[in-house]
Amino acid sequence: MNTAYEKVINDLAPRKFSWRGNVWVALLVLVILIGIYSYVQQLKHGLVITGMRDYALWGIYISNFVFFVAVSLVGSLITAILRLSDAHWSTPLTRIAEIIAVAAIIMAGIAIIIDMGRPDRVLNLFIHGRLQSPIIWDVIVISTYLVLSILFLYFPLLPDFTILSKYSDTNSKLTKWYRALSLNWSGSEKQTKIYSRSIKVISVLIIPVAFAIHTVTAWLFETTYRPGWDSTNFGPYFVAGAFVAGSGAVVMVMYVLRKAYRLEDYITDSHFDKMGKILVMLCMVYLYFNINEYLMPIYKSTEEEEVHLRSLFTGEYAWLFWTAILGGLVAPVGVLLFPKGRKPLPLFLVSLAVVMGAWWKRYLIVIPTLSHPFLPIEGVPEAWRHYSPTWMEWAITAATLATALLIITLLVRFLPIVPIYETAEERGLLENHSVNESL
Amino acid sequence: MEPKKDNQQKSRRTFVEQGLKYGLLTAASGALLAKVFGKSESLDSEETIEVMSTDGTLMQVPASAVEHAHEKKSDYNPREGFPNRKFVMVVDLAKCRNAKKCQSSCNKNHYITGENAWIKIYKMQDSEKSAPYWQPTLCQHCDEPACVKVCPVDATFKRRDGIVLIDNNRCIGCRFCMAACPYSVRVFNWSDPWQGDTVEQAEYTPDYAGIPSQKGTVDKCDFCPHMIDKGELPHCVSACPNDVFSFGDLYEDTVTNGSGQSFKLSKLLKDRAGYRLMESLGTEPSVYYLPPSDRIVDFEEGLENYTEFQSVDKPQVP
Ligand code: SF4
Ligand code: SF4
Repeated sequence: MNTAYEKVINDLAPRKFSWRGNVWVALLVLVILIGIYSYVQQLKHGLVITGMRDYALWGIYISNFVFFVAVSLVGSLITAILRLSDAHWSTPLTRIAEIIAVAAIIMAGIAIIIDMGRPDRVLNLFIHGRLQSPIIWDVIVISTYLVLSILFLYFPLLPDFTILSKYSDTNSKLTKWYRALSLNWSGSEKQTKIYSRSIKVISVLIIPVAFAIHTVTAWLFETTYRPGWDSTNFGPYFVAGAFVAGSGAVVMVMYVLRKAYRLEDYITDSHFDKMGKILVMLCMVYLYFNINEYLMPIYKSTEEEEVHLRSLFTGEYAWLFWTAILGGLVAPVGVLLFPKGRKPLPLFLVSLAVVMGAWWKRYLIVIPTLSHPFLPIEGVPEAWRHYSPTWMEWAITAATLATALLIITLLVRFLPIVPIYETAEERGLLENHSVNESL
Repeated sequence: MEPKKDNQQKSRRTFVEQGLKYGLLTAASGALLAKVFGKSESLDSEETIEVMSTDGTLMQVPASAVEHAHEKKSDYNPREGFPNRKFVMVVDLAKCRNAKKCQSSCNKNHYITGENAWIKIYKMQDSEKSAPYWQPTLCQHCDEPACVKVCPVDATFKRRDGIVLIDNNRCIGCRFCMAACPYSVRVFNWSDPWQGDTVEQAEYTPDYAGIPSQKGTVDKCDFCPHMIDKGELPHCVSACPNDVFSFGDLYEDTVTNGSGQSFKLSKLLKDRAGYRLMESLGTEPSVYYLPPSDRIVDFEEGLENYTEFQSVDKPQVP
């Protein structure tokens, strides 16, 4: 018996929550329940319970949807790109990234249904779907990405499930589940070959799809004539922003899990350092796109663009805009350029700022544009000129975020957060025996 | 869900009949001239029909010579529209004094209970030194409609007769069309419209928007196919006391205003330098505007009626 190997299994096998975990779950469930109550009200009374009206026709449901799509993209970054480039250091982070991706893309789908005036007709998208509409493109790429993400989470889990089914004896029901899910993985040469090939194929497939989900989401806006959305920069701008949001989310989850499960041996300071470097690079790329997005239109200052940009730079949204840009992008770059800033705690805090900045940035992309249509806003109540979300709208949005966190939490409860098999393999602990013999 | 149309179609008279009637209406102003020249007597022996040719001259033709396409009632498809027609509207800004009769008539006849009318009269001023004017704005029934392009379920559609309609039984309420329309003419039913029992129980057809409106779906100006069907002008056109609107058929090259005067469309647009809103966007609207030059109306007069924050009069709830 290889004790080092056993230790790895012991360290990484899913564990029951401590009281803190339970409180956390209870909190999430509470938020979700309030959201469900509000959504029932919305079903009953219509979207009138939101702050949206004919001019501000999209609100935080949509910006939140864009945020989820953005975050879900990260699965492809950490997992696929780093896997293909043989960057083994990232192995302990792959599962976290994939879990986040799956949770976020599920919630993106739900967020868009929440925004619909007639959710009862959601099937019309399939019955009467028109391929010319960007919404249908989004439906197609998002469902493709959902399937690929789940597979991408699942395949690398096969050996881990076998290991767990042998290891955990305390909970027999769970063991059975693990055994069924392992699909009789034995680690034979033939299986290993198929296994690594499939992972490689999905890694390759998922990259263009990941780019597509966010590019198409950008196109939802770009296909209109509206100043602020009518930009050829939007696709790459969204993708760059998505990488930033997703990496920030990964760092946050990494930090919390490392603390909660004492995984210092697996998720090391060096992982944080590397993620910090990636994040700073991504922030700078995103900043570059932001400069393109805002500087050129304000230089030309056509009338429509100017009205829009003024509201961002000095007007109604200035406070939010500058906080998101400076606090969520510029300051993080400043901090992360120094090695001290990439230590776990500072990096965690910076990531928090980045993720919150990213959420509000989506708000700033979606909402201000709508209050600057081509024709004047007249003949409607004055309140319709501005958008401010109602508490129910916030409750529903908070519930979607809480559900995403709950999905992550539950997956963390039942799946090894750090891949056991791959870690053991990389540490050279599998040399003398296949998984099957090991226990 | 498909619109329930059978009953509605039974009550529909043959299209050709209405088309001709409508054609006669547009020709009314010219009919007198024809009488004077005695042309109407020349074909005494046979029943004749007066029609207007594409270049705008009136002629008498034997009724038997008119080819009846024999459109069966059941052939009418609200998604296809009236065959061989192409509807256009002309809005004469020189005449508009913000009387808002178009708006109230539209609101009333479409049972609009929301807070945003489908036709609005904007107070416009193109630049600081140029004169302000009133601009009635309704759905432009674009030939390259941005709204139709983006609709994921084909709920909003363009018909062959040029009209852009919404199938409220299909709309999923994504509001993408509202984001796409550069003219801000689309209105959403944020809550239950509460239009009263008669309207709410009426049989739905996309041909008559607002009867009934549905929570969670989009509404907008429908160019009144239900009026065209009866050989009448859209509500706004006939309600305007100042003859701001003219409505007609591009193929016939004729438009008629609320007082029944007909004009040759191409000549009108040429003489008065007609234009369309936001031409540069390529949406190809079916609504033409005549510039507010040489105005016979005083802009200031309209200010009296101007309500910046209201376009639908709410019935007083006791
Ligand atoms: S004006 Fe707007 S709603 Fe009407 S057809 Fe054009 S794009 Fe569609
Ligand atoms: S709101 Fe309705 S009509 Fe408009 S794009 Fe969506 S489904 Fe089509």
